[in-house]
Amino acid sequence: MLDDFFIRALLAGIGLALTTGPLGCLVVWRRMAYFGDTMAHSALLGVALSLFFEINLLVSVFGVAVAVSLLLLFLQRRQGLSADSLLGILSHSTLAIGLVLVAFMSWVRIDLIAFLFGDILAVTTADILLIWLGGAFVVGCLVLLWRPLVASTVSQDLAEAEGLNPDRARLFFMLLMALVIAIAMKIVGILLITALLIIPAATARRFSPSPERMAVFASLLGALAVVGGLFASLQADTPSGPSIVVAALVLFIVSLLPSFGRGLAQTAKLDGERR
Amino acid sequence: MLMLSPARPETLVSLANAGIRRQGRWLVRGVDLTIARGEIVTLIGPNGAGKSTTAKLAIGVLRPDEGSVQRADALAVGYVPQKLSIDWTMPLTVERLMHLTARLAERDLTAALDAVGIAHLRRAEVQHLSGGEFQRALLARAMARKPDLLVLDEPVQGVDFAGETALYGLIGEIRDRTGCGILMISHDLHMVMAGTDTVVCLNGHVCCRGTPAAVSQSDDYRRLFGAAGGGLALYSHRHDHTHLPDGRVLHEDGSITDHCHPDDGHHHGAGHDHAHSHVHADGNSHVHADGDCHEHVHHHDHAHHGDRDAGAGEAHRHA
Repeated sequence: MLDDFFIRALLAGIGLALTTGPLGCLVVWRRMAYFGDTMAHSALLGVALSLFFEINLLVSVFGVAVAVSLLLLFLQRRQGLSADSLLGILSHSTLAIGLVLVAFMSWVRIDLIAFLFGDILAVTTADILLIWLGGAFVVGCLVLLWRPLVASTVSQDLAEAEGLNPDRARLFFMLLMALVIAIAMKIVGILLITALLIIPAATARRFSPSPERMAVFASLLGALAVVGGLFASLQADTPSGPSIVVAALVLFIVSLLPSFGRGLAQTAKLDGERR
Repeated sequence: MLMLSPARPETLVSLANAGIRRQGRWLVRGVDLTIARGEIVTLIGPNGAGKSTTAKLAIGVLRPDEGSVQRADALAVGYVPQKLSIDWTMPLTVERLMHLTARLAERDLTAALDAVGIAHLRRAEVQHLSGGEFQRALLARAMARKPDLLVLDEPVQGVDFAGETALYGLIGEIRDRTGCGILMISHDLHMVMAGTDTVVCLNGHVCCRGTPAAVSQSDDYRRLFGAAGGGLALYSHRHDHTHLPDGRVLHEDGSITDHCHPDDGHHHGAGHDHAHSHVHADGNSHVHADGDCHEHVHHHDHAHHGDRDAGAGEAHRHA
């Protein structure tokens, strides 16, 4: 069964979506969408360094993503530019440096498009194993760190005062995000990873009565988007990574329809009353 | 200051000459402060006086750059921060908020929500609460943890006048019942509850301390708060004036004016013609079957509430 490239793509995509669900919720709650994007963009620098120094791709991408997020924390402490501008600078300069380095290395031929937009149809059985084992590890860590992560999202001071060690939780969260980016790069590509983090989470918000349910719903909606996107790309012969993102977007738009979902109806009613 | 009896009660936190420095500027410096079990200490001072900073030093969120802070072993803290902004994207009910930093026993959770009078809002999303209701939820959460030390950063902000009296009563009651120490922050002496044992007046340093009455008489306090003339006796303003049915105000000294004094505290603005007879001590009595009648009562609810866009009490309706 695993011989079929399409089945492999489905397994890989679903495995990834299940992982990005809870992680994506945290990204959305903590307003770190642009931060995730920056880490993802830096992955191309990781690719270039991996080729240049002939080191493992996964290790290199992970390392660069971690380095960039640490650099960001350091620069934020110095309080010069706003976090927003710093993210913009880091995001695009790491992407650009990566592209320039790759162009310099005339002796290697790489499929840049595959890195930028993903090549889910080319995943191997080993990739699937990596995605599911890595994903299980990430989700396991999130379960362990869930309370401090949610609490410090509500208030860093409160979590700290009541003994939850939010700094440690945040560090682990960053490492997990770097790991997921390294794993996901091959599936949806550097430019679209954040979409898989954010769109299913945003969609899930409408139906979720609690943070925990939202995390689960985001996983399921992400998996649904993967299945829908892959079948659509098979039918219409469109690129698979972008098709998955488009499918996620369609789900999001459907969730916005006023008649859809009890939670939404309630929210809209309350919002209306508040005005 | 605390040497009242030879057998000193158990000290929970003590700051000795503590200071904290940011960007070459001392936010607070030379703070000596002790909180014992069963004691209520209130920090007052103008904006930027370092009240929240001092509280954060006491609970270990900030580490002192000078001096020392000592906490009792395994000190359980319940904290109500001054500002909280919860992103709309996080679905968080009052019930889930209660479990935020630790799982609570169902009994404690219910009791705490009952005590602050928002048991009917248990399943409401916190984003839909008014400022006053949210503040009650935070207080309920902190007290349900059965902390050794309760730290309340402006706990009555956004709470209406009657609710404030009830909450101060509740805070005193928590102390009496559980024997925890309470560190409270208020931005002026007018809002300091009568049950406070010690008031510490901050302005980058400790400028005076003592009982509420003693502090209100001190020269340092007068200087700091611009000597509001006869207004100094207003520290217990909850009892010092009465709103008459015709809208005028009867003061303690027998005079009657058309309005409260500007420095009578936080509840200025129009609409004070209602008698404060609806104290929420019984909690559920303000379920809004009658909706509009209560609108004016909650007018102040979102007063100090930062970026939380808190409407005026609508959340009752889906309770």
